Amino acid sequence: MTAQIIPSKTSAEVALAEAFGTARAKLPGNAEVAQLREASFESFSKAGLPHRRIESWHYTDLRALMREALPLAQPPGAEAIAALGKEMRAAGLPAQSLVLVDGVFIPELSAKLPEGVRVSSLAAALAEGRRDVVTALSAEWAGVKDPIVSLNAALMQDGVVIDIAPGTKLDAPIRLVYASVSATPVAHFSRSLVLVGTGASVQISETSFGSGGRKGQINNALVIVGGDECDIAHTLSLTDTEPGSLRLESFMVKLGAKAHFDSFALITGGGIVRRQIFLRFDGADTKANLRGVSLLRGREHADTTLFVEHCAPGCEGRENFRYILDDEAVGVFQGRIHVAPAAQKTDSKMLCKALLLTDKVAMNSKPELEIFADDVVCGHGATCGGLNEDQIFYLQTRGLTFAQAEALLLDAFGGELVDELPDESLVAAFRAEIAAWLAKRPQGARL
Amino acid sequence: MLEIRNLTVSIGDKTILQGLNLTVRDGEVAALMGPNGTGKSTLSYVCAGKSGYNVTSGEVLLDGVNLLELDPDVRAARGLFLAFQYPTEIPGVATMTFLKAALNAQRKQRGEEELSTPAFMKKIKAASDMLGIKSDMLKRSLNVGFSGGEKKRMDILQMALLEPKFGILDETDSGLDIDALRIVADGVNALRAPDRAFLVITHYQRLLEYIVPDTVHIMAQGRIVRSGGKELALEVEKSGYKNYEATAAA
Ligand SMILES: Nc1ncnc2c1ncn2[C@@H]1O[C@H](COP(=O)(O)OP(=O)(O)OP(=O)(O)O)[C@@H](O)[C@H]1O
Ligand SMILES: [Mg+2]
Repeated sequence: MTAQIIPSKTSAEVALAEAFGTARAKLPGNAEVAQLREASFESFSKAGLPHRRIESWHYTDLRALMREALPLAQPPGAEAIAALGKEMRAAGLPAQSLVLVDGVFIPELSAKLPEGVRVSSLAAALAEGRRDVVTALSAEWAGVKDPIVSLNAALMQDGVVIDIAPGTKLDAPIRLVYASVSATPVAHFSRSLVLVGTGASVQISETSFGSGGRKGQINNALVIVGGDECDIAHTLSLTDTEPGSLRLESFMVKLGAKAHFDSFALITGGGIVRRQIFLRFDGADTKANLRGVSLLRGREHADTTLFVEHCAPGCEGRENFRYILDDEAVGVFQGRIHVAPAAQKTDSKMLCKALLLTDKVAMNSKPELEIFADDVVCGHGATCGGLNEDQIFYLQTRGLTFAQAEALLLDAFGGELVDELPDESLVAAFRAEIAAWLAKRPQGARL
Repeated sequence: MLEIRNLTVSIGDKTILQGLNLTVRDGEVAALMGPNGTGKSTLSYVCAGKSGYNVTSGEVLLDGVNLLELDPDVRAARGLFLAFQYPTEIPGVATMTFLKAALNAQRKQRGEEELSTPAFMKKIKAASDMLGIKSDMLKRSLNVGFSGGEKKRMDILQMALLEPKFGILDETDSGLDIDALRIVADGVNALRAPDRAFLVITHYQRLLEYIVPDTVHIMAQGRIVRSGGKELALEVEKSGYKNYEATAAA
């Protein structure tokens, strides 16, 4: 028998409780939403910050890693927004950009989207008590069991709600562009929703604008609900987190029947990143493809944790994640695939590959299959190691220096997943980001 | 051109090359034959600079410079080329990207300017036409999913492009069909020149009908046991290696 240990609250937990206490009256939403916030905070508060004794957080012990809780971001002022707008016009934002500043949706900086797409702020939808929005946030959603998602539900300040009408076909991606005007590091909590109608086809790409777009403590959630026969391609570029920052990204996806879902994320940059994906196959014969590349150096820490639930028959899931770890970086990959009894003929393959460039890095890789249906094909694999010496030698015999050979192989390792993206401009953009990361390696250090 | 003197090489505590001597002159094509496991590939790897071998004595001189002291890429830039018995697959690296990187890396090491893209494309086109390599193959990852014969051709394409001084061809004929054998042999013959030389490792007389050697060397148990003209290959074809193995053991 081990005694139940109820640890006292950490100072970060105490500060979060205070922040919620002060902010709750001002946070957007009708009475039902207020209740949801209370319940969510209660659920967070009971669990506390996740720590290593919670299995899904074992390798990212927030209790230890999050020493303090930063103050909540104030809504950006009109002057700051105007200055940012000027900067954005000068730089030229891509078409169909929706801009969020410190977690708040700013319509005046955002593009008008074509017919079939309706955009509003989360705050407005919550104030109005929009049924579908509130439902998408409510407890039946798998992710709500996670303390960090609960905390997000309690404190969400704003975000954007995008409705894609059934049958809408968009050629160019809708861009969620994150920016910051806060002068000091703050915490923000934002949540966005994309509701994709039956048979609609859409690309969503999450990027950021400007330097310092992502400093402080960020708790972001993106919810996508895809109707039957929809086709969704999502990308996330998480490449500008500053050292000392904390990034908590929850991505919740629920798909109807015969849908097609594709998601890719590139993670580089400082601080601590935890990305959690909750993917639920709700309708039959749907295909989903999750991919990610994490490039880490220094003492960076990036965790990608998947919860994939097969609830319907005949679905195909592909999860493919790669890590390059340099210096003393820490990579975490956890993939839990759950196949419910009803999900016969599930076809699931998960693969995680890590390249370890020094002997001081750590890669924690944990696939987990929970299969309750008998007629399924499920596989997973994980590899972890250095660059292939035979490949390096082959390249050297052709005249490439050791450093050039290494760079070419690293670029290929990350680039391979990028090359599978459906849109060529995205392929080029992500490959350029990988190349930029590689260019910062001290060349020839190991010659 | 190439002079190997008293080369002794071991892996772990197993000695593979035992005081091997071999000279290949400018303009010469030398054939190297010998039973399986006798150390032919080991010799080619040691010349090219693969790690993991313990060279306990000897030198490998290319135009008087001891290659054994140089990194593999420096050896390549000095004009050494190895066509592998088993070319390595490199996922994610487009063949074309690789070819350009290799060519420019060598030019840079030699202090030459990078090739312009049009000039590069012209060179590639000439070489791939000669070897019957289709352009869509150049877009694929290097050697990944290539058939055995395609990999061999790709190695020869690289040789044609890099124009080395000295080429070692390790069983380039294995895995090639009759037509490919002729194409590859033509490719090698086109490169024959007074200031270039080759060491052609093979098990079969057939290749030597297409690439006619100036000299033939028989290797057994880690050393050269017999050297002669092209008729030596015919003799081996007829009676095998048993006589030479006895010589080596003596
Ligand atoms: N990495 C290694 N570790 C241990 N032994 C090795 C290693 N590489 C080669 N050998 C051994 O060295 C000997 C020579 O091998 P090598 O590949 O050079 O032969 P080869 O003459 O090229 O043979 P083949 O005609 O079959 O290609 C063999 O007995 C082989 O098993
Ligand atoms: Mg061999």
